[in-house]
Formats: sequence, structure tokens, C-alpha cells
Amino acid sequence: MIRFEDVSVTYDGAAEPTVRGVDFEVPEGELVLLAGPSGVGKSTVLGAVSGLVPHFTGGTLRGRVTVAGRDTRTHKPRELADVVGTVGQDPLAHFVTDTVEDELAYGMESLGLAPDVMRRRVEETLDLLGLADLRHRPIATLSGGQRQRVAIGSVLTPHPDVLVLDEPTSALDPAAAEEVLAVLQRLVHDLGTTVLMAEHRLERVIQYADQVVLLPGPGAAPVVGAPAEVMAVSPVYPPVVALGRLAGWTPLPMTVRDARRRAADLRRRLESDAPQGRGELRDQPQPTRTRERSTPPTPVGALKALSVTRTRIRALRDVDLTITPGETIALMGRNGAGKSTLLNSLVGLVTPSSGTVLLGEAVPHRTAPKDLVRKVGLVPQEPRDLLYADTVAAECAAADRDAGAAPGTCRALVTELLPGVTDDTHPRDLSEGQRLALALAVVLTARPPLLLLDEPTRGLDYAAKARLVTVVRGLASAGHAIVLATHDVELAAELAHRVVLLAEGEVIADGPTADVVVSSPSFAPQVTKILAPQQWLTVSQVRAALGPEGAA
Amino acid sequence: MGRPLHPGAWWLWALSLGTAATRTTNPLLLALLVAVSAYVVATRRPDTPWSRSYGAFVKLGLAVLLIRLLFAVLLGSPIPGTHTLFTLPEVALPAWAQGIRLGGEVTAEAVTFALYDGLKLATLLICVGAANALANPSRLLKSLPGALYEVGVAVVVALTFAPHLIADVQRLRAARRLRGRPDKGVRGLLQVGLPVLEGALERSVSLAAAMDARGYGRTARVPAAVRRTTAALTLGGLLGVCAGTYGLLTAEGGTYGLPVLLAGVAAALAGLRLGGRRSLRTRYRPDRWDVRAWLVVASGVAVAALLTLASVRDPAALHPGVVPLVAPVLPLWPAAAVLLGLLPAFVAPDPKEPS
Repeated sequence: MIRFEDVSVTYDGAAEPTVRGVDFEVPEGELVLLAGPSGVGKSTVLGAVSGLVPHFTGGTLRGRVTVAGRDTRTHKPRELADVVGTVGQDPLAHFVTDTVEDELAYGMESLGLAPDVMRRRVEETLDLLGLADLRHRPIATLSGGQRQRVAIGSVLTPHPDVLVLDEPTSALDPAAAEEVLAVLQRLVHDLGTTVLMAEHRLERVIQYADQVVLLPGPGAAPVVGAPAEVMAVSPVYPPVVALGRLAGWTPLPMTVRDARRRAADLRRRLESDAPQGRGELRDQPQPTRTRERSTPPTPVGALKALSVTRTRIRALRDVDLTITPGETIALMGRNGAGKSTLLNSLVGLVTPSSGTVLLGEAVPHRTAPKDLVRKVGLVPQEPRDLLYADTVAAECAAADRDAGAAPGTCRALVTELLPGVTDDTHPRDLSEGQRLALALAVVLTARPPLLLLDEPTRGLDYAAKARLVTVVRGLASAGHAIVLATHDVELAAELAHRVVLLAEGEVIADGPTADVVVSSPSFAPQVTKILAPQQWLTVSQVRAALGPEGAA
Repeated sequence: MGRPLHPGAWWLWALSLGTAATRTTNPLLLALLVAVSAYVVATRRPDTPWSRSYGAFVKLGLAVLLIRLLFAVLLGSPIPGTHTLFTLPEVALPAWAQGIRLGGEVTAEAVTFALYDGLKLATLLICVGAANALANPSRLLKSLPGALYEVGVAVVVALTFAPHLIADVQRLRAARRLRGRPDKGVRGLLQVGLPVLEGALERSVSLAAAMDARGYGRTARVPAAVRRTTAALTLGGLLGVCAGTYGLLTAEGGTYGLPVLLAGVAAALAGLRLGGRRSLRTRYRPDRWDVRAWLVVASGVAVAALLTLASVRDPAALHPGVVPLVAPVLPLWPAAAVLLGLLPAFVAPDPKEPS
């Protein structure tokens, strides 16, 4: 269905090709996953299928890409619109009209389908994707998962043979991601649609893939094969594979179910030293718990009966939360559960309708920004929002001025977090992970005792995530209190001492990570699911428990 | 939800009410017109974001009225009057500002005149607001002829762009607070200008890519002869329109003006129609112009026509005098004519009622 023949793409002004020697075929009706670290050209490969590379982006494409027998050299993207449906990373940038029903019809209108056909397909698609209740809703009022489903629906209505998706679940909470993946499953199984998708969160998608195309590094030729074979050599892999590699299982398990069936032996080996529900065996410093026993610690932040009402919607309701130094808290919950509102109220961007927010002695929304940065720092969902200057050096100088820190403070932090970035790099040229590190350095320049991270792993590959984990652990052991809002259950398991679950603006669970996530089917990390009823959270815990000789 | 009425019908109805409003200064009739539009909006508006715009237009109308009154009070008015309400201290202006008066006597006649005048303008605005609330402007664009489709999409995209831009500005101003810079004031607004523009540009590029990949701009092959005829008709038609308008407006061109204008319009329309053959596009659930649409338009046009007639037949009743000051009376049959505008409240489909 899709055939790449020795394709290489060189963008204008680039010395080296972005991808080289791409040569594989996607048979009809398969779900193929494109995996690899950030910056290896996954989006370029996806763009080449829809013809946007090189017709829209510019650059030179060598070799040949054919989709359903059409050569993308001679067919422009708009002439492939009836065989390829593309959904980019940000569904909001994809919508042309303002209501769900019109959006579903838009693609068919452009292709000139007959009105009765359009009507029928819109109704079918509304049912297929479970959007019937939303048909008249303005798109701006939809949640993240709903938007993603509408975006998929809008490219499905012209009945394309091929669906190309760039990170369809990265911005979604676990439940919404499963919603979207169930739809994709259904398309592949029932309608025979061919799906090619790129995704960083392999733990969510690897089980659905028939084949994996791995781009191991920039400019390196792809490795193509069955998921288990490719994962054995891949630099990026989900926790289930990491556990499989640790335990020496062949073939590697791809699903929690596969792994559970093989894990009886491992469970027995771990039996003797399984953590008993409190996470004491965590391989990370836990200053909170020890300190709690001696003297009550002074909280760096406290919310008391906080309620926030925005345009008649209760975003937060009676939330109580105490943040002590050295503690890492993960805020989890659905898209729109109030996680960002909670973080924003801690930095004074949101004024409480009732209740109090205190940072030590200060009330955030009445504190001048100049003083606030020394008490609390927030890295927003889009770290780019914090960066204004056009070089890293200028950004650092500005950060020192803003924070009233000694010149060079920020630059030293950047060197520590981001080794090898030169002074004259433009912040826009950095990768997602590098940009996050730069924004983090800017925020840390003022040495705030409380650090807030909103959805920090969006768009990060496993290597960047591992670096983030190291950095955040370092900060926590240096006494910073950290609150992170995240959908990434694996990250929360790795980092957090405490998990706070929010639903519809209320706290529904607050407790040690092990206690909260183990009991929740959607928030439990893969390792927990595999080794239940024992309470392990991460592969690194298991590795530590097995000891150096324990791993096969 | 019932099949909605053609948006064009709502616009014609509302504009007709607006036209009727320009024919009178009688505050009772104007208030009646506003009441009619408000009743129809209240009963027939769909539950969508743009349908809330009626309230905004009412506020705008009130603001216009207030400003008109304020000007009449502060700057005086050419209306001669004898009933002095109060006297403001008059500011002596230099010689070059002769003819402008600041302060001075405020007469009841001047205030009444300004009130009538402002009310007329406010009613006109409120009628446009009614059209906005009842019919989605982007649905109206969907009814454009095929040849203008691409322009229509561009306008729709631009309409959805503004809210995004405002959200961006708010987000980036908030981010300034996180850097420890003041997040209020004009300087803060100026400094986020560049990042906001960058963001807008990036979004436009990715939207353009998405639209391209979804088949925007696919065209049918059209024979060269048809293409050339289209170009000739459109260009010739537009030239004809220009020449005709010029003829109509100058004193000498009275004879050829109208025919040339009509021929130009006809040629341009034919060009548009022929140009539509290039576009492959079809319409999903097009709004149909049915009997109800005719009735709605007819009720509006009737109001406009009857009030125009009344303003010729009985100017005294529709333009109550201010010098000498008399209390306006409600002329019976023009008021009955205005009530005809209520027809849509009964014939148009109720958007809240499931069908």
C-alpha cells in the first residue's frame, strides 16, 4: 500500500540528509509503528507519505514513494487527499471549520462527493468514533481526546486507504488515549485501513503494531520487522520490554498479558524482598517521610479549601494540599480535571474564588512577579512561552536580570542541564527536550524552593525523559519541592513520592505513589500490572532488587 | 434539531427591519422594532456561541445612544429651542475654532432630537445584531457561488483565527509573570507581540499544510475556451459595473448609466457561474431556500415597504416634531405594519425543539 524505495530527504540549507536509505513497504491493512528517538526524521517520513514532503515543506526527495500506486513525485498532496488521511501532532491546527459535523464533511466537500454519500458517511463516522452526541458542538469546546477523535474522523470520511498519524496519543490522558487506540484498532480490523503512525509513548501503542519501523539515529537506515525483533535492538523501548530484557525473556513480550504469563518465575525470585506497599525499597532519597516522623516540616506551599470558578465552571472544588520541601508530587487525572488550574493558582495566574493559597507566608496572586519568582517557578506546558530572546546567551542574561541573580548563574545551570549547547543557538532550533531544559534552567535561576512542571514529558523520547528524571531527582534531593502535572504514569512511578488524583476539580486520592497507582487500572505503570499483586513500580526497582548477578 | 432556516433569509429579514428603522424617528415605532427583533431572537436563536452576540449588539446600541446624547449636551446642537433644561459653563474657544461650541445652554428640544436620532442608529445596530444571533455568519459564506468558495474558506479561517490570537496573547502575558516580569500594562503587551506573531505564523503554516493534505484547492480540468470566456466575462462585467456606476453618479451619464451597470452585473454573474465549473466541490447539507425562507423575507420586506410608504404619506406621525416640542403618538397602522415582522417567530423552525 505504501512503498518507500531508497528514499532520502535533504531539506534546503541542510548539509546532511534528514533521513537516508529508507526502504520498506507497508502492506494493505497493517498497523505499522514508526519508532525512534527525537529528531531522527519520523515526521519527515510521515510527511513523505502524504506528499507534504517535499511539495509543501521544500527540500529534495531522492528515491520514490508510492501510495496506492500513485507516485508522490507527480501527485501533489491535494491529489492524494482521497487515498491518504493525515493527522498532525496538534489537532487544533488541523481544523478548518468550527463545528464537529462541518469538520467531518469538509474533506468530502473538497473532493466533490455527492451530497447523499456525504450525509451517509458523516452519520457512519459519527457512530464509528462515538461522536454522535457531539455533532453540533463547536470544536473549541471539546476536550483533548474528543478533538483527536474528531481529527481522525475528519480524515476518515473520504474513506482513505491509508491513515497517517503523528503522535496521536502524546497529549492525552491514559483513558482518552485508549479511546483513540480502540478506534484505530477498529479501523484496521473492520475496515482494512492501513495505518502508519509515529509515537513516543511506545507502552501505549506497541501492542497494537503489526510491524515496527525503527529509525535508530539521524540519517541511519531504518530497521524493519516484527515488534519483538525490533524491540530487542531498539534504543527506545517501553517498560514491558525493559523488564523482558532484564529477565532475559525471548521473544520479548509486547503486552502486559504476555509478560504476566512469563513472569511467574520472576515474581517468585522477587517474593522475598517485595516492597510491602509503602515503597520503602525505592531507590531514591525520601527525605519527606523521615522528616515527617521527627518534626513537622514547614510547608513551602499550602492550599486550603481552594475553589476556583471560571465562567460558571467549577475548575477546582475544596482542594487541600500541603507541599513540604524535598517532596515530589505527581498530579494526575483526565484532561480538564483541573491540574493546570491548580498549578496556575500556585503561581498566582488564577485568583481563588474561595479558600487560600499560601507560599510560605505569601499569597501568590497578590505578590509582585519580581518577588514571586524567588518563591515558586513554573515550567508551562509549552516551554517556548517562557523564551523570548533569540540566543541562548541572551536568554540567560535576561534570566539573571529578572531573578536578580549573579551574572552567569543561568548559564551555569544550562551547562549543567544541557551540556554542549552553544551560546548563539536560537531557542527555536532546540529540540523539545532541550527547550524544556533551557526553560527549566531559566526558572531555576531564581532558586525557587517550589518547582512546578506542567506536562513535562510531552514530545520527549525515552532518553530525554531519563535525563529529566535524573535532573528532577537531583533537585528534590537538594531540597526543592516539586509538583508535576502529568499523564505519563511511568514518569510518575519513577519520580513521585506522592500522587494526587484529580477528577472534576476535586481531589479523589492523595497518598504514596505505590498506594495510589497500584489500585488504579488506568494509572498503574506496566511493571506494576505485570508483577501484581507484588507492588513494584519501575524497572529500576526490580533491577536493584535482583542485584547485579540476578539479571539473566 | 429542526432543519435550520437559510441564513440569507434571516439576514434579509433583519436588514429589512433596519431599513424600516431608517424611515422613522418616532421613538415608539423604533422601540416596537427593537421589541419585535428581540422577541424573534429570543424564540428562534440556536444555542451556539455566536447567538449570544445579540446582547453585545444591544449594549453597543445603548453606547451609541449615550454618546449621541453626550455630544448634544456638551457640544450643543443646531436645533433652536426655548425650553432650557440647564446651562453648562461655556468654554471660550480661540478664533480658529469658530463655529464649535463647548458647553452652554442645553435645551429640551436639542436633547429630544439627539435621543430620536441616536435611537434610530441604535435600532439599526440591534437589527444587525439580530441577524448575527439568528444565522451563523460562516453558514452564510457557505452559500457563496462555487467560484468564490476559496475566498469563503479564507474568510472562515480568518474568523476562527481571531479567538486563537487572543488566547495566545493571554497565555504569553501570563508567562511573563513566570519570568518575574510585570504581566500587566502596555509594555507587557508590546513585548509579547513578536512571539504571538511567530505563533500565529506557525499555526497558519500548519493549517495550510493540513488543508492541502485534505484536498483544498483541487480543481477540475476545464477546456481552455471556457477558461478564456470566464476571464473575459468577469473582467468585462467588472469594467461595466465601474462604468455604469460612474454614469449613474455624473450628471451627463444619466442615459447610459443604468443599462451599462445592469449589463456589467449580468456579465460578472455569468463569469462567476462559469468559473464555478472549475471547482469540484460539493456542499454538505446545503441550506435550502424553502417556503419558510420566503415567508420570513416577505415579512421583513413588508415592514420596510409599509414604513417607507407611511413616511411619504404621513411624515408628521413618523417624524414627531421637536420644534415645537410635542409628545410622540403611536400611529396605528404603521405600528401594525411593524408587527408583521413577528411572523418569523411563528413560521421559522424552533431550534430548541427536536424534530
